[in-house]
Amino acid sequence: MTNDASVTEAAPAEEVATDETREARLATISESLGEMLVDSHIATGRDIWVRVSTDAWGAVADVVRNRLGLRYFGFLSVIDWMPSPYGRSMDSEVDIVLADAAPSDEATSSDEASDTGFNRGVTGGETRFQAFARVSHVGDPGDFWGLTIKADIPDETLAIDTWTNVYAGADWHEREAWEMFGIQFTGHPGLRNIYLPTDFEGNPMRKDFPLLARMVKPWPGIVDVEPLPTISDGAEEGDQ
Amino acid sequence: MTSVTDRQKLQYIAAQAADARVNVELETEGMTLNLGPQHPATHGTLRIIAQLDGEQVVHAEPVAGYMHRGYEKLTEVRTYPQITTLVNRIDWLGSFANEVPFILAAEQLMEVEAPERAMWIRTILFELSRISNLILFLGDMGVQLGAVTPVFFAFRDREFVLDQIEAATGGRFHPNFDRIGGLKDDLPKGWLESTKGSMDKVREFCDQIEDLLLGSEIFQARTRGIGIVPADVAMQYGLSGANARASGIDWDIRRDNCIGLAYPELDWKVWKHTDGDSFARFWVRIQEVREAAKMVDQLCDGLPAGPVMAKVPRIIKVPAGEAYVATENPLGEMGYYIVSEGELTPFRVKIRSASFSNMSITPWLLRGVYVPDIITILGSLYFILGDIDR
Repeated sequence: MTNDASVTEAAPAEEVATDETREARLATISESLGEMLVDSHIATGRDIWVRVSTDAWGAVADVVRNRLGLRYFGFLSVIDWMPSPYGRSMDSEVDIVLADAAPSDEATSSDEASDTGFNRGVTGGETRFQAFARVSHVGDPGDFWGLTIKADIPDETLAIDTWTNVYAGADWHEREAWEMFGIQFTGHPGLRNIYLPTDFEGNPMRKDFPLLARMVKPWPGIVDVEPLPTISDGAEEGDQ
Repeated sequence: MTSVTDRQKLQYIAAQAADARVNVELETEGMTLNLGPQHPATHGTLRIIAQLDGEQVVHAEPVAGYMHRGYEKLTEVRTYPQITTLVNRIDWLGSFANEVPFILAAEQLMEVEAPERAMWIRTILFELSRISNLILFLGDMGVQLGAVTPVFFAFRDREFVLDQIEAATGGRFHPNFDRIGGLKDDLPKGWLESTKGSMDKVREFCDQIEDLLLGSEIFQARTRGIGIVPADVAMQYGLSGANARASGIDWDIRRDNCIGLAYPELDWKVWKHTDGDSFARFWVRIQEVREAAKMVDQLCDGLPAGPVMAKVPRIIKVPAGEAYVATENPLGEMGYYIVSEGELTPFRVKIRSASFSNMSITPWLLRGVYVPDIITILGSLYFILGDIDR
C-alpha cells in the first residue's frame, strides 16, 4: 500500500514532532475506506488528504459521512492538472500564445508538469482532471477536523459519480464543476448551467480555455514597469 | 366508556368538514412568480423563479450568475499580492475578512508567520468587518418585513465602524491591507481609543434594533417558525456561520480551528439557538455583533507592541504544495484551497464562499412556504451576491 510511504514522506526530516492525532485519524480513515484508498498525505500540524479510486468515489461519500461522522459538506470541485498552454506567470517570456497555436496535447503537458517536480498534487494521480472535496466533522467543540478527498477522473469518459445522494449540498457544487470543467457527474439530478449563460460554449476553468482579457490586451507588467528585483535580493525586508 | 364532550364532538365535525373540503377542492392552476434579479432582498442580482400553487411555493429555483466575475480563473494569472485586491470584492460588506484566509493559506505554504501585533490587528479589523457587515443585515431584515426605520439606523451607525476601517487602512470598503507576513502598515495614532468609542455606538445600535424589531409582535409572527432548517440538513448543505449556529450546531471556526488570529487569547462566547428558524438566525447575529464589539474592546486593550511585518522575500514565490484555510467570516465559512506549483501565481485557487453553500439550501427550504415568507427566509439566510457569484 502506498499509504505508509507517503506518510513518512509527508513529515520532512527537520520536523521531529510527528502529528499523532492526525496519524491516528488517518489510521481510522484507511481502516474504514479499505481497498478504496489509493494514497494519503499528512501535512504535519495542518491537514489530511486522501485519494480514493475513481470507482469508489460515490461509495466513499457514504463512508465518510455515515461511518466517519464527517457530516458537514464543505465544497466539491475539480482541478485541471494540465499546465496552461498560454503561460500563466507574469515572469514568463511569452505571456500569450496566439489562439491558432493550438493548446499542447497531453504528452507535452505532462512533461512540463514533471519538470516542476510537482505532479498531480500531494496525493499523486494519473489523469488530467481530479475531483476533490472537503468534508468536516463539526458541532463537537474540541473535536473539529476536516478531510480533503480526491479522485482521478478518467480521461476517456470525463465522468465520475455524484455525491448528491449523500450530501444534498453537492448539487450546486457539481453543477459548477460541470460547466466550468466539463465533468459529468453520473446520477446528478439536473446538470445545468449555474453561472454561465445557457448558450455558452466551452469550459472556462480548463487550462486550455484562453483568458480572453489577456488575449485582447497583453499583461502590461512585462513592458510597463521597471523590472522587479531578482530573487537573490529576496532575503531583505518585504516592501511596504 | 367515557362520555364524549361537546368539544370533542365539534373537533370531529370540523375535521370531517376539512376533509370534505379538501376532497372537493378544485385543482388550482400553477403560476410562476419571478422574483428579481433586482429585488432588495437579494443583496445584488439574484433571481428566483418560484412555481406557485395558490399562495404556496411548489418549487423555487434560484438563478445566480448575473455577477459572476471568474475570480478562480483570474487568480491563475495574478501574483499572490495582487489576488488580495480581487478577493476583496467577494463579500463586499466585510472585505477585510475575505483577504485573511487567503493570506493565511499562502503563509501556511510559505511557512511564514505574521508577528503577534499583526495577528492582533488582523483580528481587530476582521471583527470590525463582521460588525459593519452584520449591522447592515440587522437593519436590512427590518426592510424585508416592511419596517423602514432600522435600515436608516444601520446605515448611520455602520459609518462609525467604516470610519475606523478607513482610518486604519485607507479604504472604506476595500482595504487591501493584509500582506503575506503581516500588514501594510501599523495603526494610526489614537485609533484604538476612537475604535473603542465606536464600539459603544455599536452596542447602542444593537439595543435599538432589539427594541425596534426583536420584541415586535409583527416581527415575531413573520419570523418565528418560518424557514426551519434542522441541524442535519444544514450540515448536508454546508450551511455555516450564524446560519449553522441558529440550527443548534455548536461550531465556530474562530474557536474550533483558529489559525493565525488572536481569538484564543480572548474571552468570548459562541452563541447558538436551537430553533433553526428565521428568528433564530436574526437573534444569533445580533448576539454576534455584541460579542464582536466585546472582542474589539479586549483586542484594543491588550494589543501587543512590536513589528507588523515579518521578513518575507520581496518577490513572493509560494513553495509547491496544497493548503486549505478557512475562517469564520461574517457570512460563514470562507476558505481558500490553494494549489501552488512554486510559481509567482497559484496553480489553482478554489474559493469556498459561504453564501454559495448557504443559498444552495433554498430550493429545499422554500418548498411549501408562502410567498411573503420567501422574502424573510432569504433575508434571514443573509447572502451577498458577490459571495455566490465569485
